[in-house]
Amino acid sequence: MTSWSEGRTVRIWIICRRELQAAFGSVVAYVLFAVFLLLSGYFFYSDLIFMLLMASFTPVIGLWQWVFLDMRLVVLLILPLITMRLFAEEKKLGTIELLWTYPVRDVEIIAGKFLAAVAFFLLMLLPTAIPFALLYAYQPFDVAPLLVAYLGLVLLGVAFISCGLFISSMTENQVVSAMVTYGILVFFWFMTWNEEAANQATLRILLGLSLFDRFFNFTRGVIDTRDVVFFALFTAFFLFLTWQSLASRRWRGVP
Amino acid sequence: MISVAGVSKRFGSFTAISDISFEVATGEIVGLLGPNGAGKSTTMRILAGVFPPSSGSARVAGHDVVADSLRARAAVGYFPERVSAYQEMTVQSYLHYVGRMKGVRRAGLSVQADAAMRACGVDTVARRIIGSLSKGFRQRVGIAQALIGNPEVLILDEPTAGLDPEQVAEMRDLIRSLKQDRTVVLSTHILTEVEQTCDRVIILHRGRIVAVDTPANLNRRVQRAGRIYVEVTAPVVEAREWLARVGGVVSVSDAPGSRDGNAVLTILTERDRDVREDIARAIAERGWGLRELRSVAFSLEEIFLTLVQGDDDELERGTHGANLDHLSA
Repeated sequence: MTSWSEGRTVRIWIICRRELQAAFGSVVAYVLFAVFLLLSGYFFYSDLIFMLLMASFTPVIGLWQWVFLDMRLVVLLILPLITMRLFAEEKKLGTIELLWTYPVRDVEIIAGKFLAAVAFFLLMLLPTAIPFALLYAYQPFDVAPLLVAYLGLVLLGVAFISCGLFISSMTENQVVSAMVTYGILVFFWFMTWNEEAANQATLRILLGLSLFDRFFNFTRGVIDTRDVVFFALFTAFFLFLTWQSLASRRWRGVP
Repeated sequence: MISVAGVSKRFGSFTAISDISFEVATGEIVGLLGPNGAGKSTTMRILAGVFPPSSGSARVAGHDVVADSLRARAAVGYFPERVSAYQEMTVQSYLHYVGRMKGVRRAGLSVQADAAMRACGVDTVARRIIGSLSKGFRQRVGIAQALIGNPEVLILDEPTAGLDPEQVAEMRDLIRSLKQDRTVVLSTHILTEVEQTCDRVIILHRGRIVAVDTPANLNRRVQRAGRIYVEVTAPVVEAREWLARVGGVVSVSDAPGSRDGNAVLTILTERDRDVREDIARAIAERGWGLRELRSVAFSLEEIFLTLVQGDDDELERGTHGANLDHLSA
């Protein structure tokens, strides 16, 4: 007989590793990787050219702002395609039922899948540092604002992932999973788009909830604790909803 | 080894199982028998830890499935009705993954996976991608997956569903070979399967236990009557009355398609009495043409009806079968 109690964290890691293997075992991961790098590389290039032509801007800080505001779009485009299969595929296949019969907690399952998606995202982000490194080689700059912008992008991506994970746990259809995630994220993003449409009181609440406005501070090299807390809460909220969604089999049954 | 006490499971307003109680001893192989929707899968999912019961309690290998869920799950190997595995993995890497999930130490992993593959006859496809395997093989991988971690209890939900007759026979042998030192609960809606594999049968009907008995006793109990289908070129009423007089016949009734000049009849006979020849003789005596004569087996649904009604009858008469373990009326 084996002991179930050994290696709680090990089980999270096993789930995480299987997710990554599954992702890189299919062509989808490589396509997403390639598209992400091509787009973010192109944005860096075009923003750099733009900056050089408009010399009135502070070249370095101003450039980060442009590049990262462009990159968040690519992140928005790519991440729901990564999170869509996390639970939806297991529900479709029926493998989720077996997972529930192994001595592993729901929280561990969620943690494993969440970490896998975050790892995938970080891996994807890594090569985007290359252009900055090249630029640094030609013209050294203060790296702190750049790191802050990266921190913001990571926090933003992690928030996206938690939202996508939750939606994926609600459906067995991957397309539905991705589309609904897009819907929610775009709403959270652009809900302050038209400031005239909301009265002052509502606007203040909307500004507080807007992912767009929160992220903007980071691209300027500013870390505001409230922004960090907001992203952490946003992420925790959707992870909690995922947990509730998995627990709903108690009263909904297994499809 | 397994103890279920007063377990009910409701999904919203729908009651899947209601007040189910039974015990399974160590080393026993017990079959859950019932038509679709009888509550077999729900019962098994509760035992396997997929979801907790709404009320009542269940223990597996001494662990409560709610209070001590992880320990209980560690003692169970489960084969779901909708068997599935990660399509992109090889059989071997999948079983290693399952072993790690069940907490098998790295050192024992290969040994266990190899043993499970051999036991289930999938060692020949160890390096094949699961998605490329035939249904029969995938079914076996599902069993191998249940065996990993050496669980004391196996819960197998319709292990022979969707297999061709040859594969069904193989699967039956496999399950019997697994028994040895394990406790097995399996479900099916095929009566003969239970007769061939199980020590004891629990019959479920509409979420309740109708009977718990050995297959042999059950059969005796169900076979209270024989049934014969007969098609005769004769006036219906006349044929019905004439055949009712044959010794051993309990009743004669019209079957679908019956019309004057071509009587199609269903004849119920006394138990353990074959009156087919007598009926043929009786028909010949009248000079009618005998078009078809055969005995008809009772379907599972009819057996349930018999059992449900039988319970009522016996309750009225107050004569419970001595060897029958009535757990619900």
